[in-house]
Amino acid sequence: MSATPKLKVATAWLDGCSGCHMSLLDMDQRLIELSERIDIVYSPLVDAKVLPERVDVGILEGSISNADDLALARRFRAHCRVLVSLGDCAVNGNVPAMRNHFPLEQVLARAYRENVTLQPQLPERGVPALRQRVVPIHGEVTVDVFVPGCPPSAEAIWQVLVALLEGRDPDPSAFTRFGA
Amino acid sequence: MPGPASQPKVRVVTFRVDDQDLSAREDETLIEVCREHRIPIPSLCYLEGLSAWGGCRLCMVEIVGQPRLAAACSTRVVEGMEVHTDTERLRRYRRTLVELLFAERAHVCSVCVSNGHCELQTLAQRCGVDHMRMPRRAVSYPVDSSHEMFRVDHDRCILCTRCVRVCDEIEGAHTWDVMGRGSDCRVITDMAQPWAESETCTSCGKCVQVCPTGALVKQGTSVGEMVKDQHFLPILARRRHPR
Repeated sequence: MSATPKLKVATAWLDGCSGCHMSLLDMDQRLIELSERIDIVYSPLVDAKVLPERVDVGILEGSISNADDLALARRFRAHCRVLVSLGDCAVNGNVPAMRNHFPLEQVLARAYRENVTLQPQLPERGVPALRQRVVPIHGEVTVDVFVPGCPPSAEAIWQVLVALLEGRDPDPSAFTRFGA
Repeated sequence: MPGPASQPKVRVVTFRVDDQDLSAREDETLIEVCREHRIPIPSLCYLEGLSAWGGCRLCMVEIVGQPRLAAACSTRVVEGMEVHTDTERLRRYRRTLVELLFAERAHVCSVCVSNGHCELQTLAQRCGVDHMRMPRRAVSYPVDSSHEMFRVDHDRCILCTRCVRVCDEIEGAHTWDVMGRGSDCRVITDMAQPWAESETCTSCGKCVQVCPTGALVKQGTSVGEMVKDQHFLPILARRRHPR
């Protein structure tokens, strides 16, 4: 075991499909090597419920589409030294942002009234309010590293994490692209 | 053996590109010479076999002694010229141009039929575009699926006019043209009629093959299935206009 302290990593998914997290898990045996060099301190993949005060790397999947997404993105920015936008939804809006072509009222009506046969109604309790427009993470908070891809390959995520572990600037374009 | 057909005398000029000494006929453009010598210059509207359009500005280069940048596709080589194709300033401009193209219309690579075979997508990666710094417009453009074989999705069009030029210059039909200004600008068939109602379209499909993105595609293709084949173009172009 190396003497250097492990990198504290937090991850979350906002308006995304969790595919980027699946891609992270797709690293196979490299996950074991990674687990010796990083600690996942907050993530849908672990049990921790509280984002620690200081985190080295925050990784966000998905775009900012509702009030909760925005709050979590802001918390990640406040707590993480380096913030990574993982995947096309986080980087450019991708599929979630396709609703931006329509007014929010029209989107809600389509989903909850026009196509519903029984008790059409808008969900209001226990769900965060949708925002008028879907924006990528950097549409609301400053992002340090952008990793495009739908999803970015395990290799691309690995290369970005290794660069951050070694204190280098990652070069995601060498390994991934929009839609990859 | 009979001598070669009489040709107007064309001088050969010498010049430097990225500190490489090169020579070429004076009627060649910078982009032609660079492609020949495998000096990478990005471009979207330029395509070998079609006339130069100079619209995408991605092939801009620096010419020593000239304050303005020059589009390599529409700049002839000149004796003694010194050209830089890959400076920090050019890289910055190219990144911005690609970002603006993505921001203008709804380019969603992950659900595009041309995903993995798209020149815009490839160029974004090559230029290091990993996000757009400006907010993306969210304006819907129409899709015309009326033609039984092809489809045009204006949301994915970058207005390179390759379709317009190949239809006019190679097929000789001139079905395609450009209508409107600014962000309302779009390619049209005949007098902006549905494609199926075009009286000039020969359904040859050349426009589909030269389209750099997923704007012009074959009907029935799904995400990532639209692979384009442009081999016909330089062959046809060369046979028409022997150098």
